Amino acid sequence: MNSFSLLIAVLLISSGYFFLGTRSSKAVRTAGARLHSLPHYYGLFAGLVAALPALALLAILAIGDDIIFNRLALDFVPDEVKAGENYKEVIVLAQIYNVVNGINFGEQPEWVNAAAAAWHGWEAASTTLKTVTVLALSLIGGMLAYRMVNPDFRSRNAVERIVMTILAASSAIAILTTIGIVFSVIFESMRFFALVPVSEFLFGTTWNPQFEGAERAGSGQMGLATYGSVPLFAGTFLISVVALSVSVPVGLFSAIYLSEYATPRVRSVVKPLMELLAGVPTVVYGFFAALTVAPFIRASGMSLGLDVASESALAAGLVMGIMIIPFVSSLSDDVINAVPQALRDAAYGLGSTRSETVRQVVLPAALPGIVAAVLLAVSRAVGETMIVVMAAGLAANLSLNPLDAVTTVTSQIVTILVGDQEFESAKTLSAFALALTLIVITLGLNFIALQIVKKYREQYE
Amino acid sequence: MSNAEKQMMSPALAAERVAAGLAARRGRERRFRIYGRIAIGIALAFLVTLFVSIFSKGIPGFFQHYVTIEVTLDRAKLDPAGDLSVQSLYDGDARGVIRKALFEAAEASGRSGRKAAGKIISKGAEQRLRSAILDDPDILDTTQSMTFAVDDDVDSFLRGYIKRETPEKDRRINDKMIGYIDTLNEKGLISFRFSDYLIFGSASRNAEMAGIYGALVGSILTLAVCLVLAFPLGVATAVYLEEFAPKNRVTELIEININNLAAVPSVVFGILGLAIFIGIFGMPRSIPLIGGVVLALMTLPTIIISSRAAIRAVPPSIRDAALGVGASRMQTMLHHVVPLAMPGMLTGTIIGMAQALGETAPLLMIGMVAFIVDVPGSVTDPGTVLPVQIFMWADFAERMFILKTSAAIMVLLAFLILMNAAAIIIRKKLERRW
Repeated sequence: MNSFSLLIAVLLISSGYFFLGTRSSKAVRTAGARLHSLPHYYGLFAGLVAALPALALLAILAIGDDIIFNRLALDFVPDEVKAGENYKEVIVLAQIYNVVNGINFGEQPEWVNAAAAAWHGWEAASTTLKTVTVLALSLIGGMLAYRMVNPDFRSRNAVERIVMTILAASSAIAILTTIGIVFSVIFESMRFFALVPVSEFLFGTTWNPQFEGAERAGSGQMGLATYGSVPLFAGTFLISVVALSVSVPVGLFSAIYLSEYATPRVRSVVKPLMELLAGVPTVVYGFFAALTVAPFIRASGMSLGLDVASESALAAGLVMGIMIIPFVSSLSDDVINAVPQALRDAAYGLGSTRSETVRQVVLPAALPGIVAAVLLAVSRAVGETMIVVMAAGLAANLSLNPLDAVTTVTSQIVTILVGDQEFESAKTLSAFALALTLIVITLGLNFIALQIVKKYREQYE
Repeated sequence: MSNAEKQMMSPALAAERVAAGLAARRGRERRFRIYGRIAIGIALAFLVTLFVSIFSKGIPGFFQHYVTIEVTLDRAKLDPAGDLSVQSLYDGDARGVIRKALFEAAEASGRSGRKAAGKIISKGAEQRLRSAILDDPDILDTTQSMTFAVDDDVDSFLRGYIKRETPEKDRRINDKMIGYIDTLNEKGLISFRFSDYLIFGSASRNAEMAGIYGALVGSILTLAVCLVLAFPLGVATAVYLEEFAPKNRVTELIEININNLAAVPSVVFGILGLAIFIGIFGMPRSIPLIGGVVLALMTLPTIIISSRAAIRAVPPSIRDAALGVGASRMQTMLHHVVPLAMPGMLTGTIIGMAQALGETAPLLMIGMVAFIVDVPGSVTDPGTVLPVQIFMWADFAERMFILKTSAAIMVLLAFLILMNAAAIIIRKKLERRW
């Protein structure tokens, strides 16, 4: 049986035990005994014990078997092939996969066919093993649990313990995800830094990644790969600065106007409209930047006699700024609204105008929150990917002129990792190192923002 | 002014000073208010520009030009084996049959004339003819009036993007073709109608045949995986953290983790998927299953945070009442609190799903950007999703791809608006105020 029908089978067995358990505990009750728990808890207990360990085993086997097969299949590769200079495990495995799945591109070497035949054998064996062990575990587990049905058994407590374990395990997913992210990035980064010195990566000013095989591909530039990330960070910085110089004034002033001046009616119309900007997918912004804004900026720059790159930082930054406006405005709006009315009333009582109240009372009180909002906006801008992939360039120019084409950390990550890649080359690994720095920067900004809010928040009580 | 002077200032003098500064202060007040209005104006202007620029291209993108011709469906030519099998139809000369009909309609003759006229019709016409025969074999050996899409360059000409005045060598269609197009036009055979290719077609390098169907199915499969994983996990985590978790280091660590995950750039989740699921587990690239898992991890924080807020909004009196009549804590939670918090949880989930639907970068990382013609039939078939399809089309320079990209964006936005509207309706109708 394949994994899916096994899943169904286990669920059927489990619900069978549920009905059995419920019925027999009801029978015990009708016979006059006093049950500790309601009858369906006995059924639930049997059902859960029948299902959970079996499903866990199934998941492990279903994911694990391919990994084992891969290891075993590599044993079939002759030593002379392994010694060859173009030897790549991934490619060899793909060759074997294709034969296993009946896709044949021409004649395959003998060992590939042998490996594929063996693979079929392992698959059959693993399916049998899976079917037998999973079904047996389910049936036996359910049977054991079912036999525990007696009036003194505290089945509700047992079921609740199981449910509690499931709940706690679910919340551990968050930790697992973080661990997964950290490990996937750190391991590959360490391999990268074994090839390229950290100092070159952090302080080098030329970013020119190349596959090791570049020379063979005919470019003749073997050995020219350099991994200085400064231009990427400069580009990210430049685009973020443009984005923030659009979004912070616009977002902040809109927030002030909406919370201090606008009538409830205006507010109820304008606020959702601005939120609409936040709901637009980033790929749409990217398309807008590349097809509408960039040509417009280029044309207007040309008419002023300026030399504007067709993928200027200005276009990407401007559109990114538009994207971040609602982010800044709704965060600042929350902060401004959190300033107690009493402070405003006091200022009005002393004869201040509204703008004086805002500038001299509300804004200073809301400042830590606003700074935190801006920092969060920076972290959004730094991590934003699609707009820069579509509208910023790929050339790693070290420039602070917004009319030049620059590239960013995220767009390099995407460019390097999209499509076929060799996991072993420094070029692929460099993307992981970039991702590591990206994570450190965004989390750092968030941490600082949180600290600012914690430390400087005024307590009005 | 020194402190001494201030104290000695008479009320009249003070009033005079205040009055003197009043005009300037009122001016500042007015300007400040105007700045606010300008800021809102700019934000709304951006919004309008964005939507106008998308819609002005997207609405025409829903339509394309078709040509209707009388096709004589000669069975001997179309189905040489005579068994109506797919193989036999592919061996048959559908192309020749269509071209013959087209030459008659356009009154094309001569070698170069036929060559020019042949370029008018889309390459997808043969496939369409074959599927028409498969649907209804009775049409064989009759003459049918059939409608086929025109080639994208011809479409661009008919829309006026390729100008007649441009010198012949600079435009993608030559004078002969224009002559035939005019002939067809005069006969009223060319029509501009709703593009069925856009909705029912799949990825294609030919702009006139390209459609979003495959990407739409991919998006639905991916979202289904995402929902199946993220909703139960998110709700379970929220319930645990809000009601049962002991206040200790581990719980604190989980909470910090959730907040951090909400801040991690989405592209990083793609790297996680690439390194763990594809790199370590050896799962295939481009499949909606991995896409869904990655998006689920990405949307979990959103769902958890909103579910916790919903649980917190259920008043303690409900819990006290349930506990008071003897329910266990788990029963109180599962029978009373969670059902009452469900509208809030659903709202958060829908908003999370809307985020996932619009997400592109992590899916690029796990290879859902491959050119895949087949519509995915299950979560383990290679496929793509709507935003990635938009990303890929945005790279193509053909005018018609720009229009179709904008149309695809409109479809995507329509789905997002529907989802957000559903969230708002659930919040308004079902959420109880206590």
